[in-house]
Amino acid sequence: MTDTAATTPPARRTWSPRLVSLVFVTVVVAVLPLVFPSSYYLRVASLVWTSGLAVVGLNLLMGLAGQVSLGHAAFLGIGAYAVAVGPTHLGVPPIPSALAGIALSALVAWIVGKPIFRLKGYYLAVATLGFGLLLALVLTSESAWTGGPDGMPVERVELFGWRVTGALTWYWITGVALIIGVALALNLEASPTGRALRALHDSEVAASVVGVDAARLKLTAFVVAAVYAATAGALLALMNGFVTPDTASFMHSVEFVTMVVIGGMGSVVGALVGAAILVALPQALTVLQEYETAVLGLLIMVFMIFLRQGIVPGLVGLFRGMRR
Amino acid sequence: MAEFLQFAFSGLTVGAVYALVALGFTLIYNASDVVNFAQGDFVMIGGMSTVFLYATGVPLPLAAIIAILTAVIVGLLLHRLAIEPARGASPVTLIIITIGASMFIRGVAQIVFDKQFHQLPAFSGDRPIEILGATLLPQSLWVLGGGLAVFVALWLFLERTLVGKAVLATAANRLGARLVGINTAVILAIAFGVSAAIGALAGVLATPITLTRFDLGTIMTLKGFAAAMLGGMGSPLGAVVGGLLLGLIEAFGAGYISSVYKDGFSFIAILVVLFVMPRGLFGGRSVERV
Repeated sequence: MTDTAATTPPARRTWSPRLVSLVFVTVVVAVLPLVFPSSYYLRVASLVWTSGLAVVGLNLLMGLAGQVSLGHAAFLGIGAYAVAVGPTHLGVPPIPSALAGIALSALVAWIVGKPIFRLKGYYLAVATLGFGLLLALVLTSESAWTGGPDGMPVERVELFGWRVTGALTWYWITGVALIIGVALALNLEASPTGRALRALHDSEVAASVVGVDAARLKLTAFVVAAVYAATAGALLALMNGFVTPDTASFMHSVEFVTMVVIGGMGSVVGALVGAAILVALPQALTVLQEYETAVLGLLIMVFMIFLRQGIVPGLVGLFRGMRR
Repeated sequence: MAEFLQFAFSGLTVGAVYALVALGFTLIYNASDVVNFAQGDFVMIGGMSTVFLYATGVPLPLAAIIAILTAVIVGLLLHRLAIEPARGASPVTLIIITIGASMFIRGVAQIVFDKQFHQLPAFSGDRPIEILGATLLPQSLWVLGGGLAVFVALWLFLERTLVGKAVLATAANRLGARLVGINTAVILAIAFGVSAAIGALAGVLATPITLTRFDLGTIMTLKGFAAAMLGGMGSPLGAVVGGLLLGLIEAFGAGYISSVYKDGFSFIAILVVLFVMPRGLFGGRSVERV
């Protein structure tokens, strides 16, 4: 988040750029309900917050550690199906199920990540893609457990006899989860681990020479990103009240990568902007009906051609250029 | 034996299509380091354009040629309007641009064409050929022959023509190629054009067997990319072997074990190969420069 530093005048140096990002996200989450005219907007915003949470995690892997995962939706799927399968088939209440799903996701990431992170670049991408595809295939095929291609319903959460439902309630739950996720991500960035990861991104050889354990760090980033994704998946499933294998599909993985890159790799605010564009824009574009896919594709191309570092770092760069 | 041959025939046919898509990937990757995620959409353009031209009464061979030319124009436009303006951007940015392009092509295709599945008549009849108890569709021979012809033509082009050697030079070292007077922007455009033509040809040949639809591109891109990685990114021979192998694994896996997990077998195979050979079957042993 060093890029945001450019927008803060030097005189207010006591405000670190990380704090600015966190305050910005908190203010946006807090203010939006006041200006939204209907609960429809609250619902779309909640979807943006959950996707945003997953994207903030993936951004740690891509922007910080420089590793691309094309199978990230699989972890979303693990989280989502945990809250669906747990209560329905195993009699475990939703919240313990969600926690178990998140733990399972971390474990799977660790087991899968150990051999996978020996690979580099596109080979790593295709290995993560393969893993994601296998998981999606299991979710689609094992219909006795998962309901198959049609998916399955998710029981509503009940806390002390109070059914957690309603657009505004879920807006706040997802919003607060996002703020916590952003705060933790910013903290990680500032930590020695974060600095080591950035060193890895710039030059793996140089980082290893100064004693950074590259393999272990990449694995750490992968597990952290998986935990973010599983949390987002569990929230999404509980909010929607149903899950489908689409949650874990290849296209969904591609969407997450697109969100990270379009908003700006390495920028937490960028991750949210990317999520907002890819979640909210299709909602707005439904007025165009059949032209929706074409227009969305066109916009992605235009954004990437003119702001190739991503929207947030790109705009910050433009702003700096104008002030000079 | 008959069963084994039957699976082998269907695996090789599908594999040849994957191999052609993978060849397209390889060509563009070699010339530009771009992994073109719109590669599968060329297959769709080839198939769908032929279907719709043929339906309006255009003879099949002419329809196929116009369809391939259409794909070439789309490929050249993709290069000129989307890749060229972003020259110098990071690989991941360029990939996202091609993902956007793929969505755009898919979106336009569902408006220009429709959302239905379409089929073409087989080029030389539907009467199956019997070989040792297994049957082979004549169209499969077209697909395999077309794949072989493309591979030989591409090899001759790269090894025997000046332009082809310029493509190889650009792939080996872009700055070096520019220093000896090669216009790398033109080479890149050629790579996109040829790769679009190869994809579209695969679409035309496969449509009588596999059907086509506006969103066929996604699965074709996925399989072609996987095949190219299995063979080793950047190696044309690897692309062909990777494609055929992928088709065979799918066919045998579906035939002998479980058709539901057909796609699973191919990706398990890819994971296993990559763990043993991290750069694919025919990938170079490059050393990272610091």
